[in-house]
Amino acid sequence: MKSRHILLTLAVIALYVLHQDIWFWRTARPLVLGFLPIGLFYHACFSVAAALLLGALVKYAWPGHLDDEGDDEPEKR
Amino acid sequence: MIPALIVFAYLALVVYIGVFAFRRRGGAQSAEEYFLASRSLGPAVFLLSLFGTNMTAFAILGSSGHAFNNGIVTFGLMASSSGMIIPLTIYLMGTRLWALGKRHGFMTPVQLFRDRWECSHIGTVIFAVQAALLVPYIVIGVMGGGTTLQAVSGGLVPFWLGGAVVAMVVMSYVFFGGMRGTAWVNTFQTVLFLVFGAVAVAVIAHGMGGFRQAAEAMLASPATAPLMTRERFSPLQFFSYTFVPLSAMAFPHMAIFCLTARRMSQFKRTVTLYPLCIAAIWLPCVFLGVMANRASDVPAIRAKQEARRTLATQGPTLAPEARDDLREKMAGDDVLLLLLHRYAPLWLAGLLGAGIMAAVMASDSQILALSTMFTEDVFTHYGGTARFGEHVQVQTGRAFVVAVTLFAYVVAMNAPENIFELAIQYALSGYASLSPLLIAALFWRRSTRWGALAVALWTALAVAATAVFQAGVPAPAPGRSVVALAAGGIDIVTRTPGGTAVLGFMPVVPMVLISAALMVAVSLMTRGPGSATLARYFTPAVEPPRQ
Repeated sequence: MKSRHILLTLAVIALYVLHQDIWFWRTARPLVLGFLPIGLFYHACFSVAAALLLGALVKYAWPGHLDDEGDDEPEKR
Repeated sequence: MIPALIVFAYLALVVYIGVFAFRRRGGAQSAEEYFLASRSLGPAVFLLSLFGTNMTAFAILGSSGHAFNNGIVTFGLMASSSGMIIPLTIYLMGTRLWALGKRHGFMTPVQLFRDRWECSHIGTVIFAVQAALLVPYIVIGVMGGGTTLQAVSGGLVPFWLGGAVVAMVVMSYVFFGGMRGTAWVNTFQTVLFLVFGAVAVAVIAHGMGGFRQAAEAMLASPATAPLMTRERFSPLQFFSYTFVPLSAMAFPHMAIFCLTARRMSQFKRTVTLYPLCIAAIWLPCVFLGVMANRASDVPAIRAKQEARRTLATQGPTLAPEARDDLREKMAGDDVLLLLLHRYAPLWLAGLLGAGIMAAVMASDSQILALSTMFTEDVFTHYGGTARFGEHVQVQTGRAFVVAVTLFAYVVAMNAPENIFELAIQYALSGYASLSPLLIAALFWRRSTRWGALAVALWTALAVAATAVFQAGVPAPAPGRSVVALAAGGIDIVTRTPGGTAVLGFMPVVPMVLISAALMVAVSLMTRGPGSATLARYFTPAVEPPRQ
């Protein structure tokens, strides 16, 4: 396994762990922008982080060999 | 009545798009064109319709309703975890499924399982379990349609008629348009909902006098302040919900949709943008659902809050039937529509209602998937197409679309559960439990058909057992639980106000873990497919050099 793939796997695990944010469990403050409870804002940021990580997976670990396989002549069923 | 007329005009436009706008001319439709749009969808349509396929009444009405009664926890429970796990499964499994489908000509997951594990009737068992779990999702669509039209028309269109109209519209464009019509309708609807969702937030914020004031007022009241935190939810339950998005790629409509892409590179944009699309739809729905608690000048919302208060304060002294009645009254599936009715001008409420209707009607993909599965996994597999031809196969698929829609309508009119509970307890948990099937088929050479059979039977048993248990043991009052099974001072199975808990986790956790364990254990005890079959799926392992 390439070191890049190991790093990306660790990043996926780390992000999954960060989803369990017990640290904002019982508090609503600070209200971000004056109305968004911090727990909700955290998970909105989590969604952005997920998009960035998935973008990195697409860029650095894309299974491009499958695309070539799909281009093969399909078998008759 | 104006909003209802606008929604009806919108429904007519949807039928036009689905049936006529993108229809290919000339000759009878082939099965691959009707069921998979000839594997030729372009990048934008693929992204928007795949996303729209997964955004259902459950996502829109269920999420705001759940947030109304449970608070901001709803977003973390389903949206942010789904935003990470669903695109991750598309990246890992959807791409491989696409390549295998294109290479071997598969049109359904069961075709892959049959070929990969060299089985026939076990594939039929998997089909039966998948189909049984998909029907509740279709029912949700009909219920959502009924709820939406009733609310948008201010009660002029009754629930039964609203459900019937939506069922007819969906059935029409699925019947005539197949996958191509469905994909274009989903694309149109997703764009519509994303645009109108933003408008809805602005209009309701303006109507409520700004969200800052509403948020401070929520925090100042002891009754509503907990809804701005997650203190009423246990971290174990929160963790449990991260298992639910595993269901996404196990859903046949999602797996089948992955086969419609023209090129695999089209998955790239879908995988990357998926978390942002989910956040763009769920964040406003959840936030507005919570804020609906400030709209107590709306009689219907006040009645829901009173039911919730009565259940919380007098719940332990009430009979189970009275508690169920209060739960039904406090269900918040229509709060988003009630807010629009209260704060938006009539014409705008109609347009926004149409936007919500767009998401509600995502059951089209499930109906088409069920039809594809029946014709491919049963009709064709048992010789129907060879005997009667491809044209009859497509007509059989269409007849199945009609039959499924009618069945779903009858169930929707008689189902008492609210949208969110129905989806979570039956379809989502069941499909999450089936996820080891696809994972093992794609990644584990040693997996066998008997392991697959064990997973399918376990899933059916676990879903049925959960349903029977919850029907037999009435839900306790809020904050309490009924221990059904304990050992050594540890509560193993408990009935909670929201459902069932196993060692404190939601049933989906043990269901998935036991399912995976069964796949491994039973596969290791039984004989796998032959080397010729394995060679078609896996590159040969490199033999270690002999000493």
